[in-house]
Amino acid sequence: MSRDDVRKKIEVEDLRLAYGSQEIIHSISFDVRENEILGIIGPAQSGKTSLLRCLNRTIDFCARARVSGSVRVDGEDVRQMKDVFALRRKIGMVAPLPVGLPLSIYDNVAFAPRSAGLTRKVELNAIVERCLRQAALWDEVKDRLDSLGTALSGGQQQRLTIARALSHQPEVLCLDEFSIAIDPVTTMRIEDVLKTLRREITIILVTNLNQQARRLADRTMFLWGGRIVEIDTTEVVFSDNPANPQTYDYVRGVFG
Amino acid sequence: MTQDAASSPARNRFVKTSLVVRKEFAEQLAKAVFFLMSVAMVAPLLAIVAYLVWRAWPVLSWNFVVDVPRRGMTDGGIWPAFIGTLYLVGISLAVSAPTGVLAAVYLNEYAKENWLNRIVNLAVINLAGVPSIVHALFGLGAFVYAARFGYSILSASLTLAIMTLPVIIASTREALAAVPASFREACWNVGATRWQTIRAVVLPNSISGILTGVILQVSRAAGETAPIMFTGAVFFKAVEKGQLLPYRLDEQCMALSMHLYTVATQVPNVKESIPYATAVVLLGTVLAVNAAAIALRVWLRNHKKW
Ligand SMILES: Nc1ncnc2c1ncn2[C@@H]1O[C@H](COP(=O)(O)OP(=O)(O)OP(=O)(O)O)[C@@H](O)[C@H]1O
Ligand SMILES: [Mg+2]
Repeated sequence: MSRDDVRKKIEVEDLRLAYGSQEIIHSISFDVRENEILGIIGPAQSGKTSLLRCLNRTIDFCARARVSGSVRVDGEDVRQMKDVFALRRKIGMVAPLPVGLPLSIYDNVAFAPRSAGLTRKVELNAIVERCLRQAALWDEVKDRLDSLGTALSGGQQQRLTIARALSHQPEVLCLDEFSIAIDPVTTMRIEDVLKTLRREITIILVTNLNQQARRLADRTMFLWGGRIVEIDTTEVVFSDNPANPQTYDYVRGVFG
Repeated sequence: MTQDAASSPARNRFVKTSLVVRKEFAEQLAKAVFFLMSVAMVAPLLAIVAYLVWRAWPVLSWNFVVDVPRRGMTDGGIWPAFIGTLYLVGISLAVSAPTGVLAAVYLNEYAKENWLNRIVNLAVINLAGVPSIVHALFGLGAFVYAARFGYSILSASLTLAIMTLPVIIASTREALAAVPASFREACWNVGATRWQTIRAVVLPNSISGILTGVILQVSRAAGETAPIMFTGAVFFKAVEKGQLLPYRLDEQCMALSMHLYTVATQVPNVKESIPYATAVVLLGTVLAVNAAAIALRVWLRNHKKW
């Protein structure tokens, strides 16, 4: 498959990120293709979360962060965008720690559409149900949509976070270690949902579970110390002879 | 004993080792100390209130509150001072609470972490520590003379407002900062603006703390004497018994804190229980406001949507 016949959803070029004087991401370039699942693996502190924060520009809220280089979403540089809120709706983000907002379960999911200006009850109801179903949470909470989102269990809150990220119909979904707080059975259910979602949206999956990347990702990127060690199809990355021997060691857990 | 436990084959894992005994003792001791301290907090308060009420008892009645001072302030009630305090505290908080809360929201939620923000922060903290007599002098210069409000309720209220403002800003910022950053990030991640985030998540979760800070300033404004004495409170003002709106804003008024000082030290042959009764009314007013605030907080908690 030649590189040009797939549309590029996100193009990252020469991206550098520093917190204060400490550079965390050192000039990385890669792209994310439309409707693929891109797995990102790498040890702790390698800058995976920080990288995601550059994509939807929530890095702006960190006053000490300095970003250079370019991130283009659908060809448009995110740092030139006027409507950063539209960008954030385009890129759904699931944070590693579950955050149920101190609102009702319903409002947790309806928050984003409401912020975007949607007020019609019927539409909101439909969105809430669809997203909670996709996040494999609907059956557990459908009778108590009024109770507080913070009162759910950790795993349920994580799925609520996923539902919230889907509620603004993102074109790209970034999942940052989404399965930390979720049991294996539910994780599998969500993974199935992700496989279905791939037909409509692009997914970036940051994970500490190498096998999860292996199961889901079309391509996998190995990030280490703020540099891309390797990015290739998942088959190659997990094969016996990836381009870089470090990759071989890391995916087999004999790293360091 | 440890040796015994280790050597016996059917060893009870939950036997009390000396370490456990020590820990339990420390636990009991800590609990007792903390309990004593909290009792030590409550005891003086109860003692003060009991003593005041006991001394005030002979004149304490509803009539004492609504009656005006009589016979050269040696008899009668405290109505002009009571209503004057309500005026002063009400107007000053109507100015300082919204200003302070909004300023704090700006500083905590919008302002970038830079040198200006740090200077403002430093200024707020230092202003909160300025003695009230200095605020009084400032109010005299700024409101009475420079702004030409004269000795008036307006000048006195604004002085109290200036005095309470920095503390309200500081306490509101603390309440806002106590809202976990993850809540805000979750909102920003789905494309909410700062204001939408503040409205939906930050304010509802800090409103109790904000209210507590504001309410504490009610008692402070009601109790201060110097700032109002310099700017708009008088020893005596003729008012009709029970009249609801006796003062105009450009007039001077009486106030409970100052009246207490007057009857306790300045007027000869005052009925013995009158100063105590005045203190009880002052305390009662503040406690009533606190109780109302608690009720409001409970109500807000039960109606998360607002
Ligand atoms: N707000 C911040 N201010 C300063 N330094 C930060 C900030 N956020 C992250 N860092 C630093 O950036 C580096 C990369 O952090 P990041 O969270 O991106 O790593 P990660 O790959 O997501 O790690 P993990 O797998 O543990 O989640 C770390 O050394 C961290 O200390
Ligand atoms: Mg991370």
